[in-house]
Amino acid sequence: MEDKKTEKGSTNRRNFLKLGLMSSVTAVAGASIISNLVSDEETKPSGEKMRLLTPDGKIVEVDASNVNKYPEALITPEESRKGIPNRKFVMVIDLAKCKNARKCVEGCQKAHNLDYNEEFMKVQLIQDNPEASPYWLPKPCFHCDEPPCVTVCPTGATFKREDNIVLVDNDRCIGCKFCITSCPYSARQFNWGHKDKFDDESQPYSPETSVPAAEGTVMKCDFCPDMLRQGKLPHCASSCPMGVIYFGDKNEDIVTNGEETVRFSKLIEDRGGYRHLEHLGTKPNVYYLPAVNRQFPLERGFNVEEDIIERYKDVPYVQDLKKQGKI
Amino acid sequence: MNIESRKRELVKEFSPLLEKTTKVSKIWMGVLVAIILVGVYAFFLQLFKGHEVTGMRDNVVWGVYIINFIFFVCLSYSGAFISGILHFYKTPWKNSVSRIVEIITVLSLIIGPIFILLCIGRLDRLHYLFLYPRIQSPITWDIIAIMTDLIGCFIYLYLTFIPDFAILRDHSENAPKWRQKVYKFLAIGYQDTPTQRETLHKITRTMSAMVIALAIVAYTVLAWIFSLTLQPGWNSSIFAPYFIVAGLYSGIAVIIIAMYLIRKYYHLEHYIRKVHFMVGGVILLILSLLYGYFTFSEYFSRWFSHKIHDTNLLNTLFTRYFWQFVLANYIGVLVPVVILFFKKFRSIKSITFASVIAILGLWLNRYLIVVPTLETPYLPIQDTREEFVHYTATWVEWSLSFTGVAAFILLFILIMKLVPIIPMSGIIDYERDNSKKKRTVNPKITE
Repeated sequence: MEDKKTEKGSTNRRNFLKLGLMSSVTAVAGASIISNLVSDEETKPSGEKMRLLTPDGKIVEVDASNVNKYPEALITPEESRKGIPNRKFVMVIDLAKCKNARKCVEGCQKAHNLDYNEEFMKVQLIQDNPEASPYWLPKPCFHCDEPPCVTVCPTGATFKREDNIVLVDNDRCIGCKFCITSCPYSARQFNWGHKDKFDDESQPYSPETSVPAAEGTVMKCDFCPDMLRQGKLPHCASSCPMGVIYFGDKNEDIVTNGEETVRFSKLIEDRGGYRHLEHLGTKPNVYYLPAVNRQFPLERGFNVEEDIIERYKDVPYVQDLKKQGKI
Repeated sequence: MNIESRKRELVKEFSPLLEKTTKVSKIWMGVLVAIILVGVYAFFLQLFKGHEVTGMRDNVVWGVYIINFIFFVCLSYSGAFISGILHFYKTPWKNSVSRIVEIITVLSLIIGPIFILLCIGRLDRLHYLFLYPRIQSPITWDIIAIMTDLIGCFIYLYLTFIPDFAILRDHSENAPKWRQKVYKFLAIGYQDTPTQRETLHKITRTMSAMVIALAIVAYTVLAWIFSLTLQPGWNSSIFAPYFIVAGLYSGIAVIIIAMYLIRKYYHLEHYIRKVHFMVGGVILLILSLLYGYFTFSEYFSRWFSHKIHDTNLLNTLFTRYFWQFVLANYIGVLVPVVILFFKKFRSIKSITFASVIAILGLWLNRYLIVVPTLETPYLPIQDTREEFVHYTATWVEWSLSFTGVAAFILLFILIMKLVPIIPMSGIIDYERDNSKKKRTVNPKITE
């Protein structure tokens, strides 16, 4: 009697396992069918053949649709999710050298085809306490290791790569703006309306260049991975005349501003490097060197267009300067 | 007592509500349709020109739309909550209000999510939410919660409608043919036999418990959209219960206003009585005290511990938003409390007035949770063009907001044309129970 029972029990269990296995197999099959459908959509065989020379000297014939239309430095949205292998990119900004020359802002705008009023890199005028002297703080995206923006994205349009970079895929973005509200550093911008430049098809869209932008989607500083792939510095770092912005690889422990190349760990150790709003636990990958032994007086930063000065009018220090008639 | 003849009587009594449309209500509907048409125009304007036509910009990326979203969705959750409780406990006076509550629940749950769609930059990519879902995102949780809630509420509402559809099917011989057909279809063969009645009651009771649970879950997730971020004004552990209390507060207030309007324009003084307003008033009093307590706790702890970013937020609230803050968090709480606290102040009109104040205050309170927080981020807003710093809603946003309210009222009127606003089956059940009690136990119970 008992034997029968156990037998029955075990067959039941076996059935159960079988069922589980079956259903998981169907799930996998279903998923692969779906993914096949999706990938089919992306590459329709054109029927057109192309002859190519391989590196070892053979001529092969491939379907034209299989050839990547992207120029060498441009990476498709799918590939851009992986990141550059074995890299951990990091930026160090030397506040002692910044005089709000705004060349980083302009270089960035030019490279990313941004308007005069759109900036991935903003320069803030920060005063830590009433006694402290204010300083200019260039603020890119911090490419956090615990990025709140990535956590809240409902579609995975913004993602964290293995090489530390946080990117936005504006082909995937639905424009819910949740990432903008969850970024504590206000690093993200939104494309509120249509602009002619969005229609520019001279180069295909890549999350690595953020060009062309698209209406109703989010954009932000991307650390210029297209430049990094070519072994070049991001545009902000290369366009800064003072060498404020160091960029490099944490794995190699090296950062450079284009003129001098230094050890990242030593730079941080010797100069008291810190990260902005560390207590939020976002673990940024942008470090700051405190504004001590400044190379320029702060006022040099007001040597800019009138409307740019207006952007700092709410800062108490600027209000004081205005009262004294210094600007 | 002959139930069939009583049913016929009730249908006769309520059929003018269903079939006749007075001149006043025609004018009302015309006005509502006009408001909605302007809103439709505004919607297409936003669709084709992009979000540029709104007042939202890089710093304040969420505006009036999300406030309306929270407001309507909270209204719906509280409706579900209240309706679930009404159904669960056998309160004798519940019958006259239960349908009002149910309709409020479902309508606001339809209108609320439309407002979140208006916030979305790329409506053409909405399906990406299902194509590339990320379960880590609170938005995904919210979508799951709202959809579950919507389905649950629809089932619940429908269940409560079935007996009335059956009565209408059997007793509206004079009604137009299409109406009879609609009733026949919607009644799904319900014959009011004791077994059917028993089953329906059981299902409805189970659903009402489920709807309460769903409402709490969905509410909480909605509050988490804000409180799970790092923003100084949002990252608060009391947000979920705070939202629940605030939602119930607005829910009760809207129910009282709806009762007042329906009683007045449909002459239902016999069914919606003073006692409903009194009970509603007392519940509103309790909730206004609770809501005031939560609001106080929220701001007091920020003010007392004065972390720098909290202080900055409070500075914004007390300078730029001073009057709004006073209206929302002082007037919006204290006026209802004073009116409702003293028994001699409590009249139908004063309770309705308190409800109106409560709703306006609550809406403004939501505004103060969303907009000033976004205007006071961790890093001060600098190096931004002037017009991107502050938020003012444009006519498009206002128009679409009013469209939401207008659609709510219009749909309410239309549903009232389909089924009587007072559940007939409830009246019959009540009378049947009473007559049973009369016969068996204690005849003194009935009034």
